[in-house]
Amino acid sequence: MEDLSGILRNHPFMKDLDENYLKQITGCASNVVYQEDEVLFKEGDKAEKFYLIRSGKVALEINGRDKGNLRILTIGPGQILGWSWIVSPYKWHFEAHALEEVRAIALDGECLRNKCEDDPKLGYEMLKRFAHILEQRLQSTRMQLLDVFKRV
Amino acid sequence: MFLNVCKHFTKMTENKSGLIKSDPMIPESVKVKKIFWETEDVFTIELVYDGEEKRNFNFKPGQFNMLYAFGVGESAISISSDSTKKGSLLHTIHKVGYVTSELSKLKKGDIIGLRGPFGSSWPLEDAKGKDICIIVGGIGLAPLRPAIYHILKHRKQYGKFTLLYGARTPRDILYPVELESWKKKYDIQLEITVDRSDSTWRGHVGVVTTLLNYVDCNPDNTRAMVCGPEIMMKYAVDELIKHGVAEKEIYVSLERNMKCALGFCGHCQYGPSFVCKDGPVFSFSKVTDIFEIKEL
Amino acid sequence: MKTLDKINLEKLIGILKQENYTVIGPVIKDGAVVYDEIDSIKDLPEGWEDEQEAGYYRLKKRNDNALFSYVVGPQSWKKFLFPQKLKLWQAVREGRGFNIENSNSAEPKYAFLGIRSCELKAVFIQDKVFDNGMFADSYYNNIRKNIFIISVNCTRAAGTCFCVSMKTGPKAKNGFDLALTEVINNNEHYFVLEQGSEKGTEIASKLETNDADDKQIKAAEAAVKNAELNMKRTMNTAGIKELLYNNHDHPIWSQIASRCLSCANCTMVCPTCFCSNIEDTTDLTGNHTERWRRWDSCFSLDYSKVAGGNFRTSVKARYRQWMTHKLASWIDQFGISGCVGCGRCITWCPVGIDLTKEVENLRNSPKTINK
Repeated sequence: MEDLSGILRNHPFMKDLDENYLKQITGCASNVVYQEDEVLFKEGDKAEKFYLIRSGKVALEINGRDKGNLRILTIGPGQILGWSWIVSPYKWHFEAHALEEVRAIALDGECLRNKCEDDPKLGYEMLKRFAHILEQRLQSTRMQLLDVFKRV
Repeated sequence: MFLNVCKHFTKMTENKSGLIKSDPMIPESVKVKKIFWETEDVFTIELVYDGEEKRNFNFKPGQFNMLYAFGVGESAISISSDSTKKGSLLHTIHKVGYVTSELSKLKKGDIIGLRGPFGSSWPLEDAKGKDICIIVGGIGLAPLRPAIYHILKHRKQYGKFTLLYGARTPRDILYPVELESWKKKYDIQLEITVDRSDSTWRGHVGVVTTLLNYVDCNPDNTRAMVCGPEIMMKYAVDELIKHGVAEKEIYVSLERNMKCALGFCGHCQYGPSFVCKDGPVFSFSKVTDIFEIKEL
Repeated sequence: MKTLDKINLEKLIGILKQENYTVIGPVIKDGAVVYDEIDSIKDLPEGWEDEQEAGYYRLKKRNDNALFSYVVGPQSWKKFLFPQKLKLWQAVREGRGFNIENSNSAEPKYAFLGIRSCELKAVFIQDKVFDNGMFADSYYNNIRKNIFIISVNCTRAAGTCFCVSMKTGPKAKNGFDLALTEVINNNEHYFVLEQGSEKGTEIASKLETNDADDKQIKAAEAAVKNAELNMKRTMNTAGIKELLYNNHDHPIWSQIASRCLSCANCTMVCPTCFCSNIEDTTDLTGNHTERWRRWDSCFSLDYSKVAGGNFRTSVKARYRQWMTHKLASWIDQFGISGCVGCGRCITWCPVGIDLTKEVENLRNSPKTINK
């Protein structure tokens, strides 16, 4: 079986990351498995972790109250789930649950934040990678807003 | 003097876009063999030549016809059937305007007018040996369905075959039964995503471009074909390029106002091109300089 | 070269009519020179000339009997080759279908008397439009193939002319059956006649002509030179395609749009503009329908409409489309500029937008991108 650092190294998010940083990050990592329909986190919960999805699919939903549960995004293998751990006050904006069995590496947010504070170079590297994800999510959201297939 | 074959323009009988029997401005009569709803606002009509049910339609995947509803007008509609299927023709139509509303009311046995086929086709021949990545959004699946049929029929001649399809909601997914059967019967990676859904949907949610993250093809040897709203195609092309696919390997199908489909009426101009005769399928490298220009 | 007098010009019209031509020529109507059917040289605008500037057109009496001293009016010959409104076909409902009757049976035989060099070039340009290699428009070509062309070389330039810049005039070099240059010297009034086709030679042989002597040929050349020397407007066409292609986002388009009324006058008077719309009409029973083709304009809002949207909603985009098409993308489409320098779009613009000036403004602007 692959060890944690091996799994991390092969995840697209960690592509070309310095070995030294990889080792540091591995210290904050743990292997997790979620069953179908299991909730990973809920809106408003403390965002203590983020996830590198290895297999399976996670649904992100907004509790739309009278508008129902609005599923806005699904996240699958090779993708990152969660960026709220990096932004104060570290609370989840969505609910996440597994649509099928999900295998992932969970990274402890506080652990990683501390390492980033200690080593700003690692911090900058992490921020760059997350900025890329945030940009992708923002672009996708804008495109969803355009509602390009709208009925006329 | 009814429906005279134009005597002065016999040279028009053979042109690049296929066989046109008479004056290309005059519709031929075709009969509705079948009409059915695919989704709430998308329907498909099957057509045969009126009185000549055995006569074949010749077209290439990606081409379109001008369909005429008596007294109402014409609309440019892509052909969505298998180009090797003889004797009948399918058009999958989004009900959006006067003409398409009128067409949606047709019954089996009704007669409509048809001019065509017109326009360029998907580049399937010189894509042999390459991985194929098709990205479609909404009704954009329909113009690519003939190309998909072709690839599946000649599956061994192509490398990895990926079809990424984005719809508005799960209820808007076209040809769901057929999509499922392709997945079962053929070597194809099919990923479907919707822009929004409730909790009952088990598939992907998010814009179609996010699906590229799950695709495993060789970007150096991939032919991409994209069809959907232009804004969606823009994002899809951006993502393809980001993933390393060359501009010249990306093909898009554009939509513009069309009145004549022959390059005379001027409406469909897109920079130097007439979408009706130079398109609708364009190599992206042909339009790359103008693709970002506003209100072109 | 031959010479022809007025009596034989009259005879020419008669011969053409005998050969079943409908002779079209310049006539004065509503204070402007327009093209219409003529029976005699008496119908021509004898002794009149036109004054033209941006947004300005007036007819003025001359102190001689010149027949062709006007330059160009609001109309062009495209109204005969590509009629403003044309029925393409009609259909009658029959059972669950319909029968279509082609309306393309008419094949009129026109003789164009007085077509200017720039206008002749405009016809050649539309020839390329309506036979694009893939399709040929039967409606246009059925009329086009029969026309007999009597070109008249310009001996005056209007204030809005710039054919010299566009290399389209003032003298017709080819493509005509016959060409005339009007010469008025002291008490002499004659036409120098050139024959440009077999048909032209055949028709001319029925006239009483004299061989033109050196003096007469020189006089005709001088008359045409006069038009050239008096042409005040110019357009610098060097690299014009790139100039327009590279400057889609230039602030000049907003400046023009602030004046442009998007009235479409420029496209209606332009001898090369070819856009058309298709209109289907039905009678009240719903059993008879007609399909009409009608001039359209890239200035109209519906022009670029599609189901669920519109590609060019701003006036800025529509003006840019027109000018970029005319002067740049036309070259890619047809291997030739869409502008013949006739100046009509300048004269007939109600706010006097002058494309030669706008090209110059674009060239000289510090914001212009030169790649």
